[in-house]
Amino acid sequence: MSDTATQTRSVIVEREIAFPPEKIWRALTRPELLEEWLMKNDFQPAMDHRFQFRGDWGAVDCKILAVEPHKLLSYSWAAYGLESVVTWTLTATAKGTKLRMEQAGFRADQQQAFQGAQGGWRKFFGQLEQLLARQP
Amino acid sequence: MAPTTGEIFSSLADPTRRALFERLCREGEKTVAALTARAGVSQPAVSKHLAVLRQAGLVRDRREGRQTHYSAQFAALAPLVDWTSRMAGFWEGRFDRLEDLLKRMDQ
Repeated sequence: MSDTATQTRSVIVEREIAFPPEKIWRALTRPELLEEWLMKNDFQPAMDHRFQFRGDWGAVDCKILAVEPHKLLSYSWAAYGLESVVTWTLTATAKGTKLRMEQAGFRADQQQAFQGAQGGWRKFFGQLEQLLARQP
Repeated sequence: MAPTTGEIFSSLADPTRRALFERLCREGEKTVAALTARAGVSQPAVSKHLAVLRQAGLVRDRREGRQTHYSAQFAALAPLVDWTSRMAGFWEGRFDRLEDLLKRMDQ
């Protein structure tokens, strides 16, 4: 297998937010607050807890991997048969909090993930069709 | 020349072709005969669909004796599955919403 095929990629979004870590932590871990900015969910900040985020387009299957109150939150994120890990890091600063989100683990070659996700396939192609309909 | 995103899209827009491609993804390499047995269309029709998929780089063919074996090429989907840029846009939008919510929340 080539290097490009096994390479993992990640998405990082980082912002300084003018609120303390404790307050941001609540927004990251309370289901009713998470729903307001992210998606409907049955989240619980407990190790190994399995939950889902649900959007109009389908569901994301998640499992809690790490919880350090006010500091670190990590969960697996599987959508369309593609597995990744979302990690939130909160660092107190003079102005508030530096909030960092890293979603890691996309492989350029998603062969295994595709093969193991028949339900995901259908959703994936449903979306492709919609995209296609919008192509000029 | 590498197939364009448009070519990949249009080759997968046809439900029969999509079913053939999905099957190759799920079950691995198959002969035209094996694919025809469950495709619900004639062997020449299956061959024609496979040619379109091959043109788009989605399948590869391999001759062995009188049989041609087809396999799915996952890497060809990469232009459609640019998860990093798609997810970056998603999270930027969610960060905006999170900040709005924090402003509305009680201390």
